[in-house]
Amino acid sequence: MSTDMPANKPIMTARNVDVFYGKKQAIDNVSLDIPENQITALIGPSGCGKSTFLRCFNRMNDTIQICRVKGDIRFAGQDIYDPKVDVVALRSRIGMVFQKANPFPKSIFDNVAYGPRIHSLSDSKEHLEDIVITSLKRAGLYDEVSDRLDEPGTSLSGGQQQRLCIARAIAVDPQIILMDEPCSALDPIATAIIEELMDSMKEKYTIVIVTHSMQQAARVSQQTAFFHLGELVESGDTEAIFTNPEKERTQNYISGRIG
Amino acid sequence: MPDYLLTTSPQMAKRHKRHKRFQWYGRIAIAISISFMLFMFTAIFFRGIGAFQKTMVAVDIQFTESQIDPSGVRDATSLKQANYKPILLQGLQQVIPGATERRDRNNLYKLLSNGAAFDLGARVANTPDLIGTSERVWVAASSEVDLYVKGKIDPREIPEELRRLKDQDIAWIETLRDAGQIKKKFNTAFFTNGDSRSPEMAGILSAAIGSFFSLLICFSIAFPLGILTAVYLEEYAKKSKLTDLIEVNINNLAAVPSIVFGLLGLAIFLNFFNLPRSTPLVGGMVLALMTLPTIIIASRSILRSVPQATRDAALGLGASKTQTTFHHVVPLAMPGMLTGTILGMARALGETAPLLMIGMVAFIVDVPKGVTDVATALPVQIFLWADSPEKGFVELTSAAIMVLLVFLILMNVFAVYLRKKLERRW
Repeated sequence: MSTDMPANKPIMTARNVDVFYGKKQAIDNVSLDIPENQITALIGPSGCGKSTFLRCFNRMNDTIQICRVKGDIRFAGQDIYDPKVDVVALRSRIGMVFQKANPFPKSIFDNVAYGPRIHSLSDSKEHLEDIVITSLKRAGLYDEVSDRLDEPGTSLSGGQQQRLCIARAIAVDPQIILMDEPCSALDPIATAIIEELMDSMKEKYTIVIVTHSMQQAARVSQQTAFFHLGELVESGDTEAIFTNPEKERTQNYISGRIG
Repeated sequence: MPDYLLTTSPQMAKRHKRHKRFQWYGRIAIAISISFMLFMFTAIFFRGIGAFQKTMVAVDIQFTESQIDPSGVRDATSLKQANYKPILLQGLQQVIPGATERRDRNNLYKLLSNGAAFDLGARVANTPDLIGTSERVWVAASSEVDLYVKGKIDPREIPEELRRLKDQDIAWIETLRDAGQIKKKFNTAFFTNGDSRSPEMAGILSAAIGSFFSLLICFSIAFPLGILTAVYLEEYAKKSKLTDLIEVNINNLAAVPSIVFGLLGLAIFLNFFNLPRSTPLVGGMVLALMTLPTIIIASRSILRSVPQATRDAALGLGASKTQTTFHHVVPLAMPGMLTGTILGMARALGETAPLLMIGMVAFIVDVPKGVTDVATALPVQIFLWADSPEKGFVELTSAAIMVLLVFLILMNVFAVYLRKKLERRW
């Protein structure tokens, strides 16, 4: 389904990135461009380092004490591992949606309002409500929850919770949204809804999605990067990767012979 | 239905037998522990229940001014300290007119508690208008009379010369009883008095207040310190040799016998910092030292059980470490941390040894008014009474244990209530 549009200019660039967990090397010399306002899919078998690589983009790996990142990752030209970079500001520009929906044990409203509150994005109560409603609408959840915004976020179904997490990420108005296997715990219907949502979101946001479903990558992404054993084997236009891969390993993976 | 499911193989019979056998082992173990508990509780209950009643003697008192306040000044102190013995004796002699000899008079007066005259004095000092009137007053009987009336000593079993209560005394008691002037009444003194040399006048109020002040100090030191330590170690500190060492030492401290903390308190708080001896302030500080490791360990395990996903969610939104911790992690962990703290405090409430070391073992009559007043604590009071030779203290000891157990149960119930109430059940 991927359109044959040329890759936009990159908003994020990674050059020669190595990631170590203690002595173990998880990512080996990966260079990749993330084009703006497109969906980039990172695919590969379990344990290939695709999630680790994704978490380099908003420095979530900082929370793991033994994790070390080497190389050069730039967001809009700025090295994000520069000691002067404020991680809090970086993460407010680069949102994240996790594998397992993790709404806060608070109301639906407070879940979405938390980001704007801590970043002081709203100047009045009305403005905050406006942000929350807009975010819920963009995440395609508003119509389902408009009459119960004060109910706990954890009372929603799995798919709704994941869309709540997307709304929560959107509410901070980021430029990039990182998604770490966002549909792996969802049924096909909820997955379809989120995939549709992602398609509409790419107008405004750049999305990087980690998925172990090749079909999902083929359906939603314009760019695909195939990881294997910590290396970036091949990256490029999604259609090209799936129909005419250059490397044998890619061919083997998408045809189901490894993975 | 396939019949191979219905066959009874020897293995199956064996398996069932083993299953049954282990079930019974478990049941027997539970039955043994419960019967020990029941035995302990019933023993304490039946020994202590008597202390909630005490024998009172009705005496008709003539509050004559010439005997109480000859000067007519009505000064509270002198009213309190006036000689009430003859007045009480005159009242008793109305029922037992035969006791006129000096020795008989003394023996008759000994039927009453030492505290009777003191109580009467306090009463007159409170309402000086009593002077000049006459009234029937219930005063405490002596401990010997109390034990006899409650049936705890049987005069027929012991020869007269070995008894404190002679045959003559018993005859007088029976006369008073027939006149309806000896009755068992609810022992309010037990709840309103401090300690006393006479069992019938002794109460637990000063010890209970001492315990309360000690726990107050203990809580206000141990709770904030414990929570902050736990949050820092769990959320902020980088894992290193140093934090490992600290962790091992906290676990070790939790296992240190409490008397060692008492010695530490004696050496540091009393001898080095010269804080006031025998006070709830120091007692509470020592108990806080003892409770800290428990609170830290409990809080850390609660913090560890907060899912990483919650932290990730907040961090991913651009919340700072501190915002993540205090907006999300600590509120989720708070009910558990409070419960851990209350259970630690309950342990501190029952602690005796460290308080002995810092001198909270004194004979305290007055109810402490603040944390720097000399005081004792409930378990120490139990220890003191259990150590007293008078027979009257036996039931007081058990009664005090009952009060302590009630406090402990209340604290545990409160912990459960807090957990149920604060727990977020989404």
